[in-house]
Amino acid sequence: MNLHEYQAKNLLKKFGVIVPEGFVANNVDEAIDAAKKIKEITGKEQFVVKAQIHAGGRGKGGGVKPAKTFDEVKEYAGKIIGMQLITHQTGPEGKKVNKVLIEQNIFYKGESDIKEFYLSILLNRKTSRNIIMYSTEGGMDIEQVAEKTPHLIFTEEINPKTGLEDSQCEKIASNLNIDGVAYSNMLPFLKALYNAYISIDASLVEINPLFKTSDNIIMAADAKVRIDNNALFRHPEFLELRDISEEDPTEVEASKFKLNYIKLDGNIGCMVNGAGLAMATMDIIKLAGGEPANFLDVGGSADAKRVENAFRIILKDPNVKAILVNIFGGIVWCDRVAQGIVEAYKSIGNIPVPIIVRLQGTNAGKAKEIIDKSGLKVQSAILLQDAANLVTDALKKV
Amino acid sequence: MSILINKNSKVIVQGFTGTEGTYHSTQMIEYGTNIVGGVTPGKGGATHLGKPVFNTVSEAIKQTSANVSIIFVPPKFAANAITEAAEAGIKIIVCITEGIPTNDMISVKEFLKDKDCRLIGPNCPGIITPGEAKIGIMPGFIHKKGIVGVVSRSGTLTYEAVDQLTKAGLGQTTAIGIGGDPIIGTTILDAVKLFMADEETKGIVMIGEIGGGMEADAAYWLKENKTKPVVAFIAGRTAPKGRTMGHAGAIIGGKDDTADAKIKILKDCGVMVADSPAEIGSKMKKELEKIK
Repeated sequence: MNLHEYQAKNLLKKFGVIVPEGFVANNVDEAIDAAKKIKEITGKEQFVVKAQIHAGGRGKGGGVKPAKTFDEVKEYAGKIIGMQLITHQTGPEGKKVNKVLIEQNIFYKGESDIKEFYLSILLNRKTSRNIIMYSTEGGMDIEQVAEKTPHLIFTEEINPKTGLEDSQCEKIASNLNIDGVAYSNMLPFLKALYNAYISIDASLVEINPLFKTSDNIIMAADAKVRIDNNALFRHPEFLELRDISEEDPTEVEASKFKLNYIKLDGNIGCMVNGAGLAMATMDIIKLAGGEPANFLDVGGSADAKRVENAFRIILKDPNVKAILVNIFGGIVWCDRVAQGIVEAYKSIGNIPVPIIVRLQGTNAGKAKEIIDKSGLKVQSAILLQDAANLVTDALKKV
Repeated sequence: MSILINKNSKVIVQGFTGTEGTYHSTQMIEYGTNIVGGVTPGKGGATHLGKPVFNTVSEAIKQTSANVSIIFVPPKFAANAITEAAEAGIKIIVCITEGIPTNDMISVKEFLKDKDCRLIGPNCPGIITPGEAKIGIMPGFIHKKGIVGVVSRSGTLTYEAVDQLTKAGLGQTTAIGIGGDPIIGTTILDAVKLFMADEETKGIVMIGEIGGGMEADAAYWLKENKTKPVVAFIAGRTAPKGRTMGHAGAIIGGKDDTADAKIKILKDCGVMVADSPAEIGSKMKKELEKIK
C-alpha cells in the first residue's frame, strides 16, 4: 500500500524523523490557513505548494510550486487542486490532484551550503536483509543515477539481529561528505528513520531529497513510504490511509470480489486460477497474435458467482474482443467450473464476444462435455496449445 | 531416487486441526504420504484423522521421530511455526502459508542460518515425489514417477508443466514449488543443484517469473555445471513494469528482472528456453531424445 507524502511525513515524524513544517489542504481556504500556521511556527513567509498524488516527478509536471506570499499560496493551490497532473509515472492521462501539502520552504540562506542527497531503505532480495541505499546525487531520478553514475550509489546492509549500528551511520555520513554539526544530526536521523521503517512494516522508505539545510539540520524534504500489505494486520489504523481515488476503479471493484485484476491495454481478456499461470496465459495470448487486456487471478475457488463477477469485470473493458478462460483444476474441480461458466453466461445474458474455455486437471473431460453440450457460443479446449490456436482463430474474425 | 523427500519421510502437520490442515492432510494421507501426527497448541493428546495431535513440534518429534513438517498455520503465527520446527530439529520444513510479513521472514532467514534444516516456501504448493510422498497441496493424480526434476516459483503453472511431462511419458523424480514471495527458503539454484546431483533425474524443468534475480543465479551456475538438459520457462513477458502480478515477489523493479532479461541470460548460459508455456513438456522430450 502506497502512502501520500503528507501521510508518510506525519508517520515518520512520530518516530522522530525531522520533516519540514507542513499541513495538508483540500481546498484554497485550508491552504491559506496552513500557510498562516507555518508562518506562526517558522516566522517566515516562505512556502511550497505540493500536489499529493501517488507518483514521482511532480515538480516537472507543474505540481510543486514555491510561494513567497499568502496570495501566491492561494494562486498555486487554486491551480494545482483539481488539475490533471501528468508525470513520467502517471501515464499520459495523468492523475487528478485532490489535495496539496503546504510546507515551509527549506531553501533558506544561512551559515553553510544547502546539500541534497538520496536515501532509501528497502529489502535486498539476494541476501534477505534490509539495506540502506544512498547517494550524493539527491533530488534526481535514482534509476538514472544508477545507469549513468553507478559509483555514486552506496549501500549498507543491516543485520536484523543488531539493527542499524552507529558505525554504519557514521560511514553513511562520511560517504555523503557531511561534517560538523550536520554530521552529528545525521546519526539520530538515520536511527529514527530505520526505527520507523521497521515499526510500521514498510517495504520501502525513500527520502529524495534527503536535505541538509543551511543551518545544518538533516531533514526529509520528500518521503515515499510503501507498507507491506502482508503486515497490515498489525496496523489496522493504516487502512484509513488508503486512498481509493489513486486506484483503478475496476481493480477496486474486483478486489471486493476477491479477484486479483489488473487492467492492461490489449484486446483479449483472460480469467485464470493462479498468478503464475495467469502471467503465462497472458504470454500465450501474445504468442497467438493478440494482446492481453488484463491480468486476472480468480484464486482457489472458481465457483459460479466468482466466475460471473470475473466475466462482468472483464467485459467492462470495451477493447476486449475475446475472452480466454484458463483453469487448471487441482482442488477446484473442472466440471464445477464449467457449470459455473454456463450459469454465469446465462445470468449475464448476451456476452457479445467469443469465449474460449480451457479446463485441465480434475474432471477435465466431464467439463469439456458440459461446455460443448451447453449450446452456448463457447469453445472448449483441454490442451493449452489448442486454446492458443482458438485464440488465434478468434482474432482472425475480429 | 528423488530429492529431499521419499516414502521414508515421516511427516507432521503444523496447523493440523484447522480447515486447511484437515483438508490437505486427508489428501496427503490418501496419496500415501507417511503422516505420523500433527501439532496444534492446546490440543495435545487428541487424535485427528487417526493420527496423534501434539502441543509442540519437539513433543511430536520425541513420540514419532518425524523429520519433515508441513505448515498450514495462519500468517500471523507462521514465522514462529517455522522457527519452532527448526529449533526442534525438523530437517525439511514446507511452509504453505501465504501472506507472511516480509520483516518476519527476514528474522526467520537469519534464524535458520546456523540450523541444519531446509525451508521450502512460504507461499508455495509444496513438494512431491510421485508414488512416494506428497507434502503439499498439489493435485496428486497429475504426477507420475519418472525422470524429470521440476522446480517452480508458481502453483498452477507447475501443475501445467507436470501435466505436460506426464502426458509426454517422462514423469517426474520430484516436483518442488518454491513459492512466490520475495523471501523464500529454497531457491531455484538450490533445487537445480540437488537435481543435478540426483542420478535418477535425467532432465530439469525450471519455471521462473518476473522479479528478483533467482533465475539468473541458476543460469550462471548452470553455465559451468550443467551435465543434463535444462528447459526453462519464464512467465510474465507481457507484464507491465511496477505492478505486482499476484505474487508479492513478481514485480519488475529494474531492467534486469524482466522476463526478457532473464530469458536472455538463460539462453546465453546454454539453457533451453520454451517461448510458450504449452511447449515445456515437448521441449524437454526433444532435449532428452538428443542425448539418447
